[in-house]
Amino acid sequence: MSHTANIAAPAHIHKDYNGAKTGMWLFLFTEVLLFGGLFLIYAVYRTAHPHDFAEAAKELNVVLGALNTAVLLTSSLTMALAIACIHRGKKSLSLTFLGITILCAFAFMVIKYIEWESKISHGLYPGSEYLMLHYSKGQRMFFGLYYCMTGLHAAHVIIGATVLIVMFYVTYQRPNEKHRWDVFGKDELNGCRVAILDKDGNEKWGSEIDESVKQVHLKMKYYSMPKRIKHEDYVSLENSGLYWHIVDVIWIFLFPLMYLIG
Amino acid sequence: MAQTAAELSYTPYHREKSAFTGIFSWIFSTDHKRIGILYMISVLTMFIGGLCLGLLIRLELIAPGATIMSAPTYNAVFTLHGVIMIFLFIIPGIPAIFGNFILPLQIGAEDVAFPRLNLLSWWLYISGAALLMLALFTGDKLPDTGWTFYAPYSTATEGNISLAVFAAFVLGFSSILTGLNFITTIHRMRAPGMTWFRMPLFTWGLYATAWIQVLATPVVGITLLLVILERGFGVGVFDPAIGGDPVLYQHLFWIYSHPAVYIMILPGMGVISDLLPAFTKRTIFGYKAIAFSTISIAVVGYMVWGHHMFTSGISGTAQVIFSFLTFLVAIPTGIKVFNWIASLYKGSIELRAPMLYTLSFIFLFSIGGVTGLVLGSLAVDMHVHDTYFVVGHFHYVMFGGLGIALFGALHYWFPKMFGKMYNEAVAIVAWAFIFVGFNVLYFPMFILGWNGMPRRYYDYLPEFQYWHVVSTVGSWILAFGIFTMFINLIRGIINGEKAGNNPWGASTLEWTTPSPPPLLNFIEPPHVTHGAYDFEEMNKGKKDSKKDSKKKKKGKK
Repeated sequence: MSHTANIAAPAHIHKDYNGAKTGMWLFLFTEVLLFGGLFLIYAVYRTAHPHDFAEAAKELNVVLGALNTAVLLTSSLTMALAIACIHRGKKSLSLTFLGITILCAFAFMVIKYIEWESKISHGLYPGSEYLMLHYSKGQRMFFGLYYCMTGLHAAHVIIGATVLIVMFYVTYQRPNEKHRWDVFGKDELNGCRVAILDKDGNEKWGSEIDESVKQVHLKMKYYSMPKRIKHEDYVSLENSGLYWHIVDVIWIFLFPLMYLIG
Repeated sequence: MAQTAAELSYTPYHREKSAFTGIFSWIFSTDHKRIGILYMISVLTMFIGGLCLGLLIRLELIAPGATIMSAPTYNAVFTLHGVIMIFLFIIPGIPAIFGNFILPLQIGAEDVAFPRLNLLSWWLYISGAALLMLALFTGDKLPDTGWTFYAPYSTATEGNISLAVFAAFVLGFSSILTGLNFITTIHRMRAPGMTWFRMPLFTWGLYATAWIQVLATPVVGITLLLVILERGFGVGVFDPAIGGDPVLYQHLFWIYSHPAVYIMILPGMGVISDLLPAFTKRTIFGYKAIAFSTISIAVVGYMVWGHHMFTSGISGTAQVIFSFLTFLVAIPTGIKVFNWIASLYKGSIELRAPMLYTLSFIFLFSIGGVTGLVLGSLAVDMHVHDTYFVVGHFHYVMFGGLGIALFGALHYWFPKMFGKMYNEAVAIVAWAFIFVGFNVLYFPMFILGWNGMPRRYYDYLPEFQYWHVVSTVGSWILAFGIFTMFINLIRGIINGEKAGNNPWGASTLEWTTPSPPPLLNFIEPPHVTHGAYDFEEMNKGKKDSKKDSKKKKKGKK
């Protein structure tokens, strides 16, 4: 009967919740340091050209920047709510909040596009003749950093939104779990029997595993109920949430350093 | 799979069935042991590539003027030699090969914490290598900046820099994933009883390395991205014409690349700390001191990057501070060296091939380390900066340190990885050629540098020729030794003698499992009851079961 035990094993694979969280936090450290390099460069050039930076910052649109800050902060809230809902077993509400978060990400990108578009149409972009002729070295550095930092941040928003869309699908699919066991070779599962028994122990359905069998599928359905939900089941959603929050936190530093120093 | 039968006839990991067949069962495997072997093949292939380029450099320098190549080709060759050796060989070297294979075995885990991420990191490594090769065959001009990609030359040259830099970026990502995986593995997956201070020192070395990989690599990532942006869009962060500062590039580059030196050397030091007890049959002297010095090297190593820039025009205060910190980092390193030497005292030393590499590591690394202090002194550095003295120092530390440790590890864990044994006599002959060739190749560089021979120069004055010839001859001896070593190891894999579970009588956990290990590493989940190098405790447990194990061994044969 050892075969039975082996078949059931993958369904109870030990999920290391803390391990997954540790890995994600380590990854977030690398994100912080990636932007840390840029913030360092910002600090160096702003110390060297404080007045140029203040002058150049006046060219940015504070209203749009503030709007984007509001959008991102809201999205962080809905992200946290989505996770809180799933912990309480409210799946559809959780999906709604997740959907709002994704919409906010799109809204952020649209506003960002409008901002960049108007700057570029005025000839304010790195390497443009207009920038080289009419602006001082410090101001050029400001715009170079503005595009690098908000550009890298926007790339992270896109990656984050993609991850969230995947998570939306995963969470949507969640109650249906499919387990597959590959049947390798002749000596392992060959000759075994898969069966479903009723409460009296009578076989309702059964089948022998012979050489023609390649896989054993078990499709399970369980509903999100508070008692059945464990942190382990939604650690990937929680980790995506962490990623989304770091994207938000970076913007919270970018906004004053870029828009509000003028 | 019946549990009872498994003990008698287990399946080694490389014979385990998987969803894929043939080569796909390797390149899509998430088993840390298979990934370790994949890394071994790819990293050593890159090493041989870099080695050939190094031989070409030495051959070119055998006489002044053009010998076998033109000056632009020479620039490209030394750039590629550096890029391949640093990003594709030394940085992934020990962590990716032996860390992957041995780390889970040493702490009694079934695998690393994130097996799929582990496979992804190998794929990223291969992609990075492929991108670098692509950079060689596309574009008008080969990359010719040196491995440091210093701005403003790297942002201005016509060489195919963007692609090469992007390759380094991808390789950095691969390195980050490995580090992240190892930290989580060590924190979460130690076997019951495997406390922090029972961990083997190799694991400690990997732990410190992994933190540097995670915390330093992103900085070079952004720096390299900026080089690409600079070349693509003219952002100007490193371009004085637009308003930037090229020295800032050097800062950012060395903020990563100096800690990266410790990414390279700490795992090597870990290997040495593991090999010494195995071949002296006594516990290591000062276990905790070595463990803590590993961590403190990692911490202090972050703050010494400025010593690469003493002549770049940084302020006097900065120079003094960086010089002081550089001397500070020598202290934990010295602690290690003295502990290693003390570990030999009253040990029953066996001069097997891995032990010979261990002893040469201590010798060569000490020379490399002490010349590092020479370079860390401000006044002397003004004299020898950017000369062959630096090249000699660097190769003594990196090749004499990490490279030799890697060769030692290759011999030491060979029976565990392949279940077979290499030819000991040939291994010792190869070691002798490597050791002699190494010193003949690199020691003259100190003399050349002291006399004023600048590094990276294609041509030189006739008075330098004597030592250049000696050095080039050394490169041939060294290459012959390495060639012999590889042939010996490959022959060992094909038709070596069968090795037992613990051919060295070593005390760490990986030697308690069969060689090669089964898919889930241990036939029975290990329970650790004593420190990593506690030979007395290890033998106590064995005395009772010695007769049984002998019977079992006979049964197997």
